[in-house]
Amino acid sequence: MSSVRAEVIEAPAGFDVDRIREDFPILRELVHGKPLVYLDNAATTQKPQAVIDALVDYYTHYNANVHRAVHLLSTRATEACDRAREKARKFMHARSTNEIIFVRGATQGLNLVAQSFGRANLKAGDEVLVSGLEHHSNIVPWQMLCLEKGAHLKVVHIDDSGVIPLADFEAALTERTKVVALAHVSNALGTVNPIAYMTELAHRVGAKVVVDGAQAVPHMPVDVRALDVDFYAFSGHKLFGPTGIGVLYGKQALLDAMPPFEGGGDMIRSVTFEKTEYNTLPYKFEAGTPDIAGIIGLGAAIDYVNQIGLDRIAAYEAELLKYATHVVQQLPGVRILGQAPEKASVISFVLEDIHPHDIGTFLDQLGIAVRTGHHCAQPVMDRFQVAATTRASFAFYNTVAEVDALVAGIRKVQEFFA
Amino acid sequence: MSTLSDLYQETIVDHSKRPRNRGTLAHATHSAEGHNPLCGDRLTLQLEIDNGRVANVAFQGQGCAISTASASLMTDAVKGKTPEEAEQIFAKFHSLLTEDKLPAPDLGKLAVFSGVREYPMRVKCATLAWHTLHAALQNEHKPVSTE
Repeated sequence: MSSVRAEVIEAPAGFDVDRIREDFPILRELVHGKPLVYLDNAATTQKPQAVIDALVDYYTHYNANVHRAVHLLSTRATEACDRAREKARKFMHARSTNEIIFVRGATQGLNLVAQSFGRANLKAGDEVLVSGLEHHSNIVPWQMLCLEKGAHLKVVHIDDSGVIPLADFEAALTERTKVVALAHVSNALGTVNPIAYMTELAHRVGAKVVVDGAQAVPHMPVDVRALDVDFYAFSGHKLFGPTGIGVLYGKQALLDAMPPFEGGGDMIRSVTFEKTEYNTLPYKFEAGTPDIAGIIGLGAAIDYVNQIGLDRIAAYEAELLKYATHVVQQLPGVRILGQAPEKASVISFVLEDIHPHDIGTFLDQLGIAVRTGHHCAQPVMDRFQVAATTRASFAFYNTVAEVDALVAGIRKVQEFFA
Repeated sequence: MSTLSDLYQETIVDHSKRPRNRGTLAHATHSAEGHNPLCGDRLTLQLEIDNGRVANVAFQGQGCAISTASASLMTDAVKGKTPEEAEQIFAKFHSLLTEDKLPAPDLGKLAVFSGVREYPMRVKCATLAWHTLHAALQNEHKPVSTE
């Protein structure tokens, strides 16, 4: 598909998008009789055959519970989970697998930090600082915590381009700031936050930094040690892995000092009715049978992404975004929300007089999947005084031809409602 | 694109571009706010009930073509009706959108929404105005939501 217009963008050496697309069986699906153009990658990504195979292989050949039995299947399942944890550690550049907690997704990871670290460390009058571009999952857990503790939720707002002004951010930090919660990449606008610098500023006042990395890990290499963040959460399903699995990274000293999040099996060393001794990291935070297939599938997804290379992915997507921004901007009456100089592959836009839901239904009939609505980021919508936007979000398997299909589709919507 | 023209029938496009009864009432007796959390659409509905009938009705708000047209056609449909008659129309309208049956013969212009049935994600767009009407008739002062 891409070959027609491939010349308009410069793909990095060794990056063959047509070849990559063959790894994703769903990309051969027809939707309403049209080839699927999947541009809703910020909601969830498609799965390569390698991930699907890993799930089938586990359930077909070694389905068993982990850390329990002495039998062979349990040993194999346990070893597969351990290997996946090591892959995740390496992927995040964490020091130790003790710092890699398997969670349900970024949302649960953020809730874990709020409920465990937050409840143990916040008191009345303390402050939690969030940004104006957060997803609801990085607002609501902190709101709940602040309500419980009598702490204040402070917001640093974004400017007209969708960027957090760093002077405002610095000014919002005080000695009362205990937690700074930030998205690495905004799901609604694509803005990339300078996390390393913001973390440095936050650490100067002694605050801990919690990063929602759900939209970052599929698009760029992430090194938690270089960023020096205290916590970093992401979801497997946005990284071409299964739903229901994600990772919370936390600095070991912090995790060690934190109380458990949930009680149950696996997170204990010994239990009597008088007293329970908790297990060591990372198991202290992993009560109950984990999503074993999900963990194995996430490991396969990390392998897959590594094999393409996040540097090459980032370079290709930057070119694709540049092209898409250019052609979408040519549409009459269009307004792109979020024009940050540092942006990941999201175009969020509104059209004069045409509601995003009508655009979404039209595009769907053409086989084009986009997200319409508030993107679980209502404060961002309020900031731009819109109820909803249409969002096209790209992955490395998207092509120039698909961008052209999107633009042609939007023109058809405009003709219809003209 | 024939299925799309089934959804966006001419009457719907017309009412979405030129909504009837949009505005506010000076002497409203009943009002309610509706909200569709899925897309962020909001609607304010005002009614003036006089002698047991809807003497006047007006709405405000922003929404997609389906929800705007539905609000416009709803306000036309309930004018002059008693609250009970209005609720009966809502019931028939609801089954038009959710059940695989022919539209009730007395639905009139509202039958143009029959195409919405094929788009389950859009049913809430078409019913927002009616849910809001229901709340206004009950004089429920808390905002209603399609969720």
